[in-house]
Amino acid sequence: MTEIPREDYILKCTSACAGCGDTLALRYVLKAAGPDTVLVVPACCTSVIQGIYPHTAFNVPVYNVAFAAAAACASGMSAALRAAGKKTNVIVYAGDGGTVDIGIQALSGALERGTDFLYICYDNEAYGNTGMQRSGATPLGARTTTTPEGKLQPKKDLDAIVAAHRPPYMATACSAYPKDLFQKVQKALSTRGPTFIHILSPCPPGWRFPSEKTVEIGKLAVRTGMWILYEREQGKVTINGPSRAAMVKPLPVEEYLSAQGRFKGIAPETVARMKDEAMAVAQRLQREEEGVC
Amino acid sequence: MLTVATGNKAVAAAVKEAAPAVVAAYPITPQTEIVEQIAEYVAAKELKSQYIPVESEHSAMAACIGASVTGARTFTATSSHGLHYMHEMVNWAAGARLPIVMANVNRALGPGWNIWAEHTDAFQERDTGWLQVYVGSVQEAYDAVLMAFCIAEDERVLLPVMVNLDGFLLSHTMQPFDVTPVGDFIPPLHLPHAIDPANPGGYGTLTGPDNYFALRWDIERSMRDAVSVIRETQERFFQRFGRRYDMVEEYRCEDADVVVVAVGTLGREAEVAVDLLREEGVRAGSMRIRWLRPFPRLDLSGRDVVVIDRDYSFGFGGILARSIAATTGVNPTSVIAGLGGQEVTYEDIAGFVRDREPGKETWFGVTNDV
Amino acid sequence: MFEVRIHSRGGQGGVTAARLLALAAVRDGKYATACPFYGAERRGAPVVSFVRIDDRAIRVSSQIRRPDLVVVLDPSVMDVVDVLQGIKPSGRVLLNAREPRDMAGHPVFTVDLTGIALRERLEVAGSPILNTPVLGALAKMGIITMESAKSAITEMFSDPRNVSAAEAAYRELVA
Repeated sequence: MTEIPREDYILKCTSACAGCGDTLALRYVLKAAGPDTVLVVPACCTSVIQGIYPHTAFNVPVYNVAFAAAAACASGMSAALRAAGKKTNVIVYAGDGGTVDIGIQALSGALERGTDFLYICYDNEAYGNTGMQRSGATPLGARTTTTPEGKLQPKKDLDAIVAAHRPPYMATACSAYPKDLFQKVQKALSTRGPTFIHILSPCPPGWRFPSEKTVEIGKLAVRTGMWILYEREQGKVTINGPSRAAMVKPLPVEEYLSAQGRFKGIAPETVARMKDEAMAVAQRLQREEEGVC
Repeated sequence: MLTVATGNKAVAAAVKEAAPAVVAAYPITPQTEIVEQIAEYVAAKELKSQYIPVESEHSAMAACIGASVTGARTFTATSSHGLHYMHEMVNWAAGARLPIVMANVNRALGPGWNIWAEHTDAFQERDTGWLQVYVGSVQEAYDAVLMAFCIAEDERVLLPVMVNLDGFLLSHTMQPFDVTPVGDFIPPLHLPHAIDPANPGGYGTLTGPDNYFALRWDIERSMRDAVSVIRETQERFFQRFGRRYDMVEEYRCEDADVVVVAVGTLGREAEVAVDLLREEGVRAGSMRIRWLRPFPRLDLSGRDVVVIDRDYSFGFGGILARSIAATTGVNPTSVIAGLGGQEVTYEDIAGFVRDREPGKETWFGVTNDV
Repeated sequence: MFEVRIHSRGGQGGVTAARLLALAAVRDGKYATACPFYGAERRGAPVVSFVRIDDRAIRVSSQIRRPDLVVVLDPSVMDVVDVLQGIKPSGRVLLNAREPRDMAGHPVFTVDLTGIALRERLEVAGSPILNTPVLGALAKMGIITMESAKSAITEMFSDPRNVSAAEAAYRELVA
């Protein structure tokens, strides 16, 4: 039984929106990481959530850095800390835009160099801080302010890109499953070298659902198979319990989509395509888990 | 020990003496030899730096920033397009008050592709809050890098320093230079705002207008304080190693009626032009501006001034000529010369002086019908 | 100020020859600079490098236009490059060749550097090394002392055959 510490490193004075999945996830990330931690945060919602100078709502050092620069900044920080004999956790906490779009080059470089750090992408599937514009992580059919008719392209497969760098540990997570997230962060931080966690982080204003439904939406994402919780340790895939259950008996995808305003009016053929793609990802992961490919 | 080496090798040798904890490296002509040589020092364990072979210049400066904020001494080198690719982080380094030292080998910007000397690359970074020094010899490149760490890391400054050397004309030119062991000349770095998990704080958080304004003024206050820190450091260097440097290197200016102002190797070439003109009976002198930021006060009153710009601000003029006009009130003859490595000899420079016409701007070698 | 222009092809060691000459001059107590004219690096393309030697610090960075001495490490470049361009009326020419040839009336010094390198088995990647033996020829011409030539060579190269090749060039130079 996992004991989640009572200590909180996010104080009760953030500038987060009500029901923010990002802050919820970060709360558990920091509980798992503990006080000997530095967060590196590129431009994203978390830049704002931590508060306004000279105040901060986070009780670990936070280094805010330019949009494209987080992974590279963490590379330098990790190298300097390790050279000084310090074991301080270096954790990048970046949004999806700062990861799959503008930050992908720095992330790729840091992974390839074997940087000793944990890179976390909290994914609310759009540029949230600027008011919900499409990112490469926005799913097919989702309306954003720059895709008023719904996005025409499917979500970029960030995990496949990261996996191509063969990090020793990578995982997906969701803010609706804090215990699972907590354990994954602990596992990542006890692994030397580059580790990666991709957190689906439901966003009430961006996804257009009521603030109290953040956890519910996250659970729906997993139960409908639209988000799969799994780990890849030394290349070996393990599909985690909630997603394993969803693969046996998934809820209809429509339950997840109809709960969010961003998918309002989505064409049935788009939904069919989403189902097919989700199924393909699930089957690929299952084959990988069984060691077939 | 007296040896013969290129400007690039001299920069690397100085970095070895300064022993930064972290070096971020990305290749670009004509700087590459610097990061190659540092890699060799690290491989041979002559230098114990963490060597981070980043995937871009933007990441080179980002890595330096991440390392520097832990209180570690950091270095990187770049040139031209590389400097501009990292431009965002160049601003960040200064705003974050991190004493990073960077060598920039001055090179023209494309298109068309041009790998030769020009100062526009670094001049375009003049408003970022970095101190900038431009050197005129291989020895000076070595000495300037050593002093750059002292100046950047001084608590009265805590701003990054860019050491500039002309592409090929210095980066690849071999000159005699004395590899002076630095000993304890560079004090250990103590960064007062280093990241400390025992004392957590937010760095670069969202900052409102009033606080932001105050932080910007603090950069300028340090930039002004830097003038005396530069002078002190250069004097301490002279006392210890016997080589003297100033904000501006003046040559035969005492009784000069006309003064040539230039930067880098052109400033040294101008000294030869001054000798030539003196032989002709022209009372000429030259000033080689070493520190572009903080910008020096020049005493030019009552003299004709010829400014050579190996740079240009389109729609405005030679950056040096306009800066000198603005800060001294003189109306200089402005000569734009040497862009993209254009050959400019001391005889050409003597010609600029003979043909001077206050207030006029001339593009060397360009006629109106070009 | 004494100005030297060295003609060779990319990869033949012309830049190293310039550096060795400058280092030897510095060991003679003089000031010297060596600078290559760089374009994109291309093996086999004709290249030039420059050496200036003076009693005082050299402040000139522009290229040498009126050399006192032209060194031709690879005579085949003379088919495509006018190696005598700008040479001073009194300027001398040092040729890597077996036989002397007329160079527009300029004093010509000849030495078979390629033959010496092959004899000494001084080769790198199948090409004869010319940049160390040429220092012996330059010493014989009085540009540098032989003592400093040897000292420059040993500072940069550990293989003693480089010095013996320079000594051979010193002996075999034909004025």
